[in-house]
Amino acid sequence: MAKAKARVKAPKTVAKGEVFQVKTLISHKMETGQRKDKAGEKIPRMIINSFVCKYNGEQVFACDWHPSISANPYTAFYLKASKSGTLDFIWTDDEGSVFEKSADITVT
Amino acid sequence: MKKTHQGLLAVIGMAVGATAFATASPAHDVDWGAYQIGDLRSGYTYATAETRAIQDDDFANPAMIRVDSGEALWNKVEGEVGKSCAECHGDASDSMRGVATSYPKYDGALGKLKNIEQQINACRTEQMKADAWKYESSELLSMTVYVRHQSRGMPISVAIDGPAAPYFEKGKEFYYQRRGLLDMSCANCHVDNAGGIIRANTLSQGQTTGFPVYRLKWQKVGSTHRRFRGCNKQVRSTPYAYGSDEYLNLELFVAWRGRGLLVETPAIRN
Repeated sequence: MAKAKARVKAPKTVAKGEVFQVKTLISHKMETGQRKDKAGEKIPRMIINSFVCKYNGEQVFACDWHPSISANPYTAFYLKASKSGTLDFIWTDDEGSVFEKSADITVT
Repeated sequence: MKKTHQGLLAVIGMAVGATAFATASPAHDVDWGAYQIGDLRSGYTYATAETRAIQDDDFANPAMIRVDSGEALWNKVEGEVGKSCAECHGDASDSMRGVATSYPKYDGALGKLKNIEQQINACRTEQMKADAWKYESSELLSMTVYVRHQSRGMPISVAIDGPAAPYFEKGKEFYYQRRGLLDMSCANCHVDNAGGIIRANTLSQGQTTGFPVYRLKWQKVGSTHRRFRGCNKQVRSTPYAYGSDEYLNLELFVAWRGRGLLVETPAIRN
């Protein structure tokens, strides 16, 4: 089971309907599957292939990742909230490891 | 016939020589603020705007994860003595502040220079009775980044006098010594042609202020000695071992070259 450290930055409070930025970064080697080791054997692909962001359980942002995404992928995106709740961030890699992080947001 | 042929070759040779170091330095009138002192310029000033943007934003900087894991290791109890770094040194933001500006430094007990990586391992084996971390291991890199990060924004001021003087001289000699199949010294690139283009890359002055640095090419953080080894390999010379005396002396000389520049750890480079 791979280990990964995730960082998330979202505002604690936002005004209703205000567009705000969410930044995420996760440490992951993102092995492309294109490289060979010293013995000439192919190093198997091991990347995070899906990233999902849910707000109060409802999916609000998602993307599929492919082998050209760099190691330690950084993603920033924009959201708008109408009521307070919790953002859940879910990364899933080729081994099936799931990395999760959450952030609370209060709408004023 | 033979003569013209040779003449032609010589012309081609010169043309290659000239283009290999074609100067395409970014505008000199840019104000780099604290990243420049007179002719001294941090590697930051040679990086592209995109690379600089990653370094400017502590959140987007992937090496900041190392700072976090370094902090966790700082507080982790390890070894037979049952101590953590924090038990002797307390709050790193106090006790480690300024440390990065003075390393590598002369160690009387060792009778030679010691860098931060070796000091960390000395603490581990002597004070904590724990195993030393391997050079370039994720733990040692994280701890080095964490310790050096505490001095971010402080000017480099290594001691090159007294007992450090002979090591400094050796480092300087290494720096100007041509080596490898390409017969190039460190100075050929980083003094004579800083700002120029070598193939597709911009040469910097080779300052170490941001090390351990996150290199986009490496896709991870690496130490000064990894960088030295890479440079040595590129001129087709046999690299020295991690933590070798040759590289310690060189590390001191290179740190001295950047005296006054600010510690940037963890920096981003291409």
